[in-house]
Amino acid sequence: MSDAPAVSLPPPLAPVTLAATEERGGAGGRRTARLALAGLGFVGLMVFMAIAAPWLAPHDPTRQSLRGRLARPTLEAPDGRARLLGTDQLGRDVLSRMIYGARVSLAVGLSAVVIGGAIGATLGIAAGFRRGKVDTVIMTVADAQLAFPFILLAIGIIAVLGPSFPTLIIVVGLSGWVSYARILRAQVIVLRSREFVEAIHALGGSVVRVVLRHIVPNVLSTLVVIATLELARAIVLEATLSFLGLGIQPPTPSWGGMIYEGREYLDSAWWISTFPGLLLMLTSLVVSRTGDWLRDLLDPTLRGE
Amino acid sequence: MPGILAFLAPKILRALVAVWLVTTVVFVVMRLSGDPVPLLLPPDAPTSEMERVRRELGLDRSLPVQYAVFMGNALRGDFGRSIHFRQPALDVVKGYLGASVELGLTAFVLAALVAVPIGLVSALRRNSLVDHVAMAVALVGQAAPTFFLGILFILVLSLKADLFPTGGRDTARNLVLPALTLGAFAMASIARLTRSAVLEVLRADYIRTARAKGLAEILVVAKHTLRNAALPIVTITGLQFGTLLGGAVVTETVFAWPGIGRLAIQSIYNRDYPVVQCTVFLSAVMFIVINLGIDLLYGVLDPRVRPRT
Repeated sequence: MSDAPAVSLPPPLAPVTLAATEERGGAGGRRTARLALAGLGFVGLMVFMAIAAPWLAPHDPTRQSLRGRLARPTLEAPDGRARLLGTDQLGRDVLSRMIYGARVSLAVGLSAVVIGGAIGATLGIAAGFRRGKVDTVIMTVADAQLAFPFILLAIGIIAVLGPSFPTLIIVVGLSGWVSYARILRAQVIVLRSREFVEAIHALGGSVVRVVLRHIVPNVLSTLVVIATLELARAIVLEATLSFLGLGIQPPTPSWGGMIYEGREYLDSAWWISTFPGLLLMLTSLVVSRTGDWLRDLLDPTLRGE
Repeated sequence: MPGILAFLAPKILRALVAVWLVTTVVFVVMRLSGDPVPLLLPPDAPTSEMERVRRELGLDRSLPVQYAVFMGNALRGDFGRSIHFRQPALDVVKGYLGASVELGLTAFVLAALVAVPIGLVSALRRNSLVDHVAMAVALVGQAAPTFFLGILFILVLSLKADLFPTGGRDTARNLVLPALTLGAFAMASIARLTRSAVLEVLRADYIRTARAKGLAEILVVAKHTLRNAALPIVTITGLQFGTLLGGAVVTETVFAWPGIGRLAIQSIYNRDYPVVQCTVFLSAVMFIVINLGIDLLYGVLDPRVRPRT
């Protein structure tokens, strides 16, 4: 809704090649590359934690224990397996629930990124390539979605469909398509006017061929950058919805749900909310920083978006 | 004058389309979400009574008719009667609007007042300790989920340190934690952008010229740097004001703040369509008006954006 320069889309982009990245290299570039790799390593570690949860978790995450309720974090282990981060109001092990909670966060986050990316990239490329009415309609819808506290829409949709895993994935996925669409549209508009695309057109290459063979490879690095930034946002949105009671339902452990449950006990048992919250915050911070580093590495012109 | 109109007309048109789309989506979603009538009546109410209430609320008519009636009324500011509060929805929302505006404005002013000086100092003392610490805090502030930040503030500043109440809206002290929570993201974003905008300007030739002619550093900063860096700062600040509306839903829930965000959530659970529609409509209109305001401000700050006459 705003044509103002600083909010408008990024400037023209040159297609990024590996050679160009290496040339830019230098000490700063290598440092960024190492940081980005470390960030991706963190994501890999979280994925591993989610998959290997049954082997990593010291306790059953849903096993309740009336006598072991609200136990403080401790290193003491009468049964050989300490409750390192304490237990919650039902006596369940907080650390084990956090490890299992990574499953929900990552499954919803990654699926949502795929859905949002597929919708956003398709619409963004279509808008940039076709221009005209298609462009106007898509961008108007995008503006409308941005004009709107999405959390309200999400809550409304979940209230209709009922909270479930598929609903959550769709809602979180839909929340993210606009950033892909806006950024890719701008890139495609520039690419389309470049000689090589016009030449292929003139030679009789079909639209599908031009898009798949020449447009998509040129915007791939941008897509990766947006997807990483979106992953951080999706994980936080999932946790927020679970916190509001609209996400994954108990007893399945999720970070947002744990923070919600622990809220009642903040005064007496601060660890129930705090540990999953800190892990959520760390994940969000590392993933979004990884997005920044990848952007600096692959697509410096996107800066300031 | 016609120049300004030509500049604004397409923007206003698109803003109106956005409001219309948002309103329509909310209408559709809310009508799909099920029948509110059983919630209103005791479980043993006879069918005839249910039919009467349904007629009274206009829910017996076809969806297109309901939609036409709804849009016509919405344009006149009539969103129907709240099912839960049994008074006009607009009046209900107005009753909660004050608290939200108070919280939103406080959070926003706090964010801007803290963030712009921090960003400026960070840029002027680039790579100093102050810069590194400020930017690290800003990064964490941007990544932290609003609801967890609120909980951390409650844990540390009200339960442990006992400095502020955990919720409610009785005194000015109640406002501090919600405003900090709501403003944190905006504060972090504005600080980071101010820093990079100022750095950008400091690289410009006219700054070197200003320094070369012996202008005092304070004048270089005040007259040349800030004025030129203002444009992106104003933009991000305005955009952040818009996102505050969304953050309010979570913040108001965490701190039991009686504003329209919390009202919207409760109304969704109560299936109180008129109130939800009214809240959403007003939020979208506010967001869009703010953006139009920013566009106008642009014209004032940057002559290049002004339409040629």
